[in-house]
Amino acid sequence: MTETEHVSPGPFVPSRYRVVDRKTENSDITTLWLEPVDRPIAPFKAGQFNMLTAFGVGEVAISISSAPGAPGAIEHTVRDVGAVSHALASSQIGDVVGLRGPFGTDWGLESLTGCNVVVVVGGIGLAPLRGAMRYLAENPAPDRKVVLRVGARLPDQIVFPEEMERWREMGVDVEVTVDVADAAWTGHVGVVTQILTELPFDGAGAVALVCGPEIMMRFSARSLIDLGVSPENIRVSLERNMQCGIALCGHCQLGPFLLCRDGPVVPYAPLAAELITEIER
Amino acid sequence: MPSPDAVVIDANGVDSLITSLRAQGFRVMGPVVANGAIVHREIRAAKQLPVGWHDEQEPGSYRLSHGDDGEMFGWAVGPESFKQSVFPSRSVLWRARRDGQDLAVEATGDDVAPEAFFGARPCEVAALKVLGGVLAGAASPDPVFTRRRETAFVVTVECGRPAATCFCTSMGSGPGAAADFDLALTELAGPSGRFLVRVGSERGAAVLAGVASRPATAEDHRARDEVLGHAVAAISRTLDAEAAPGLLARNLEHPRWDDVAGRCLACGNCTLVCPTCFCAAVEETTDLAGTVEETRRWDTCFDLAHSYLHGGSVRVSTRSRYRQWMTHKLSTWVDQFGNSGCVGCGRCITWCPAGIDITEECAAIAASDGAVKTSEPTAVRDR
Amino acid sequence: MEEMSELIAKNSLFAGLPDSTIQLAVGCAQNVTFEPGARILVEGEPADTLYLLRRGRVALQVQRPSGKPLIIETIGPNSVLGWSWLVPPYRWQFDGVAIDPVGAIAIDGTCLRAKADADAVFGYELLRRISGVLLSRLQSTRVRLLDLYGHSLDD
Repeated sequence: MTETEHVSPGPFVPSRYRVVDRKTENSDITTLWLEPVDRPIAPFKAGQFNMLTAFGVGEVAISISSAPGAPGAIEHTVRDVGAVSHALASSQIGDVVGLRGPFGTDWGLESLTGCNVVVVVGGIGLAPLRGAMRYLAENPAPDRKVVLRVGARLPDQIVFPEEMERWREMGVDVEVTVDVADAAWTGHVGVVTQILTELPFDGAGAVALVCGPEIMMRFSARSLIDLGVSPENIRVSLERNMQCGIALCGHCQLGPFLLCRDGPVVPYAPLAAELITEIER
Repeated sequence: MPSPDAVVIDANGVDSLITSLRAQGFRVMGPVVANGAIVHREIRAAKQLPVGWHDEQEPGSYRLSHGDDGEMFGWAVGPESFKQSVFPSRSVLWRARRDGQDLAVEATGDDVAPEAFFGARPCEVAALKVLGGVLAGAASPDPVFTRRRETAFVVTVECGRPAATCFCTSMGSGPGAAADFDLALTELAGPSGRFLVRVGSERGAAVLAGVASRPATAEDHRARDEVLGHAVAAISRTLDAEAAPGLLARNLEHPRWDDVAGRCLACGNCTLVCPTCFCAAVEETTDLAGTVEETRRWDTCFDLAHSYLHGGSVRVSTRSRYRQWMTHKLSTWVDQFGNSGCVGCGRCITWCPAGIDITEECAAIAASDGAVKTSEPTAVRDR
Repeated sequence: MEEMSELIAKNSLFAGLPDSTIQLAVGCAQNVTFEPGARILVEGEPADTLYLLRRGRVALQVQRPSGKPLIIETIGPNSVLGWSWLVPPYRWQFDGVAIDPVGAIAIDGTCLRAKADADAVFGYELLRRISGVLLSRLQSTRVRLLDLYGHSLDD
């Protein structure tokens, strides 16, 4: 081993990870399983994100969608929306991608021991919460009920449906609603707030984890507050342009937050509630 | 009482100071006149300094003039700051080479010679500290900045002739230098060129040891006080730095933002000349041989792409982009890093093609604190 | 078996009303059940019933030529189904099909209207509550028009 291998290559240099498996979740969402080629990243917590490099195309922030501490490859669920995410979503088994991380705040699972949990997600918002959901489903606590409420535009835009079924079997109260459906769909039709009109427990004292587009989080947070959940106990995952992940590039500012450092997971009250209603912040 | 850490040198002493720094291995970056402005270039001798040159600065205007006074440092600040030296406008962060399906990634070293920042104004020294709070204070410090700042030798020169755009007195960053330098010079009034030199570090003392000097007298210190006193009196612009964070935070819907948006060209000049603006974008390029290069370059929050988020930009209007820049500089910077992002150098005022003045904008908002855009119908408002 | 008045009082539309008011509704009400697939409301047919759902879900849907209906919304337990009895021309706008075994209280719309006409205080309270439910449905529908889970910042 040469001396240089002990020297940190610096915070901008990605570790090489190999794509060991991939799954097309739906028309524009793909999950990649990645294993380190040499230099693994540090252990992560649920809710944190990594910077993924498609070599020659660029780097992009992607939340980690596997559970913390789980053995095996680290999972990222990528939505094909730009040049870099397209290159990542198109990568094949055996390809090498770059990885830096983990970055940002997490869902704070260790604080969810003695309280009921409501998880509300919209669209691909389940990806950043999938690790937390796996953890909550696989580590049941007698004094904790877990409720998952999922909203999607169309039935085929629901991500991880089989996994949600497994969580349901493990005791999680799962409800899914879509905006538009035909008779092949036997679940709810309506917006996610319509399946947030009651909870199987007292909202006061419960913790809510919410992830989705900002409008959806806003409406969901209001419904949760109507159900008695304290605004301070609602955690939301916010997003802005992220280019470095380490609070150096200035892009992910949202008012007082540098979201790669102070987020993505922030309490809804007092700051986020205001920030996500302000335009062009 | 004369301080044992202060000496007086003459014009020849300035020259031997440069020589001494070069002998110690520093690349000496100092002020020179080029392209009609005072800019930073590598200097080898004192004769390259802008002797007799003065700058006249106003919102949107910068002019040099020459006098016969022989002053070496009779100017305020030019468009460049030493930001360029510690945070280059372009840096290659890493390279990757393809080898079949495999790929090797290597960090690119940043092995430029240590620089001496000769003639850095106290506001620029303050700016280096503000920049350090961001780039070196992060959990993963920026390696380029950290190395360059740690190795840099700072020769600050206190201000005797502030520009009309300066407001360092409001930001607590000048015209005198208090800390964070190796040597601090003050050009004292008088015909023959007399410089009070204060030592700020052991390194500074070592460099100064090779320069002919005499101990500073009480009279020399009084002369310095006089220079600084004149400078303070000459600074007319003010900004209420203490009130600004709260003021801007509660006035995000103030009609003044629309007003300034009508003048702002969103060109980003203010961010490029600002000694603390640190936004940077990364670009990845591939050459024909398949070598991938990751480059970081200065970015500006006035660019639409700055706030790009899958599908569009968050800050589309000029109003929102100017508001982001100014609220960040004076308000949310405090939330993020514990101090203001502004040092009062006035560059953003001078180099704004529309002459927008951050102190004036701040004062205008303060003058009608709490005003919000009205939604009255036009017909009623115009009656 | 629970009294009809208790069942009615459990529904959000009538919750908290004095018993005397509940009794006005009781006189128009009966218990009904539907098998999955049953068409509870039929598009274009006369509308004469307000359903207070006790269990099971109902899909509000519209038939397409292909035979695969489009589901507009699903209505769940403790919710209210059917408004068209309230205003002329008293005709169902959509189909309402039971998804699960459905248990409901069917309140005769003509009967309820008559009582509301006769007792303005009751009528006002009833309409106020119905407006609340309608407003929340309208808002949810508007939110769905936003494509809440939309992919892009600006389309």
